[in-house]
Amino acid sequence: MSQHMKYVDEYRDGDLAQRIAESIAAEVRPGQRYSFMEFCGGHTHAIARYGIAELLPPSIRMIHGPGCPVCVLPIGRIDQAIHLALQRDAIVCTYGDTMRVPASGGLSLMKAKARGGDIRMVYSAADALKIARATPEREVVFFAIGFETTTPPTALVLRQAAKEQLANFSVLSCHVLTPSAITHILESAEVRQYGTVPIDGFVGPAHVSIVIGSAPYEHFAEEYRKPVVIAGFEPLDVMQAIRMLVRQVNEGRCEVENEFTRAVTPDGNLAAQAVVSEVFELRERFEWRGLGEVPYSALKIRPAYAHWDAERRFALDYAPVPDHKQCECGAILRGVKTPTDCKLFGTVCTPENPMGSCMVSSEGACAAHYSYGRFRDIPVVAA
Amino acid sequence: MCLALPARIVALLDHDTAVIDLGGVRKTISIELTPQAQPGDYVIVHVGHAIGMVDAEEAERTLALFAELAAQEGAAP
Repeated sequence: MSQHMKYVDEYRDGDLAQRIAESIAAEVRPGQRYSFMEFCGGHTHAIARYGIAELLPPSIRMIHGPGCPVCVLPIGRIDQAIHLALQRDAIVCTYGDTMRVPASGGLSLMKAKARGGDIRMVYSAADALKIARATPEREVVFFAIGFETTTPPTALVLRQAAKEQLANFSVLSCHVLTPSAITHILESAEVRQYGTVPIDGFVGPAHVSIVIGSAPYEHFAEEYRKPVVIAGFEPLDVMQAIRMLVRQVNEGRCEVENEFTRAVTPDGNLAAQAVVSEVFELRERFEWRGLGEVPYSALKIRPAYAHWDAERRFALDYAPVPDHKQCECGAILRGVKTPTDCKLFGTVCTPENPMGSCMVSSEGACAAHYSYGRFRDIPVVAA
Repeated sequence: MCLALPARIVALLDHDTAVIDLGGVRKTISIELTPQAQPGDYVIVHVGHAIGMVDAEEAERTLALFAELAAQEGAAP
């Protein structure tokens, strides 16, 4: 990145980060502990990559949340995509991030491709539509994953396919919703199984909030009495958000504040919300890897677009598949355990050969710690 | 996965596509989700789509807040 990137570089200034760190250190109350969860993998990545954890006073603990769409994609869903490629002879198009996620039987989309499955990485949902137009003799399925950021582009291709009456195109929708996942972390039945961590506040999603706005978190902050500060993904944004959270805790406030005002408004992107609600409706339940079934936490394609819904078109059944027995992703996604608590971390499970979902994406808690933090755990010994 | 970057719109191609400049790299993206985008505007680009606009005034305000903080801390003994 030799050229200056406006709206990026100025939010990565190291000196300013030190200043914000000093101000945080001055504002934390002696003897008080602060635990904040950053929901998004993008924040987890920034905290690891820019060493934000080291800049914070020891009384502040950052807990990594489940906001990495690749990490929460359950095995059963990847199995469906692999089934479409290997058994139903469909061309399966997908974002590159999903290729290495471990699935059943030692497979992944990457390995299924090596076995002859026609699986293609695309940059955009629109690319999958182009492939369908160019190969009318084949079924083309877009394996659609992601939070509220990738949903509007998927909705656009579904609407376009319907407009063109494109007969050979369909979408396997695995789109999930952020607010319901945050709620689930605080109140799910599994909290009893995993135990719970005290969370004093949340660093709220960056790009998800561009689409949905800051308003959807209002109810949450009020009902659960937790402060939320929406923050951009650059290091200064994250530092500033932590400072704002410390202030809210100190002053006993539980409000939704917005640090990322340059891109997030209270209402969000209304054009994007309109196309999403035209094409999608709520699913009653959806399995999240590590979190289990979360009610009303995902989207399915409306009956009007049934022809382009791969689940209906191929009469797909969903079969849940448990994770590797020793994999701690479930507890790590909830913030109850850290990557180094897992026996598989860095030994059997590495970014080159991930066992659990948190190691697959660079935004996963385990991959972020493996790439940027694992040497931090080793005490420095003078030669 | 949620990687998205602010990029400047260089030209509109038709009512729903535009050319953007991202640190010197030019690329064609969809602006269907930000129909109000005009050349010179900065948009947040994600999976080939502009998903939102960058508000230049708000961006300045946030930076000014950081600068103010730096000045305060710098002045402290």
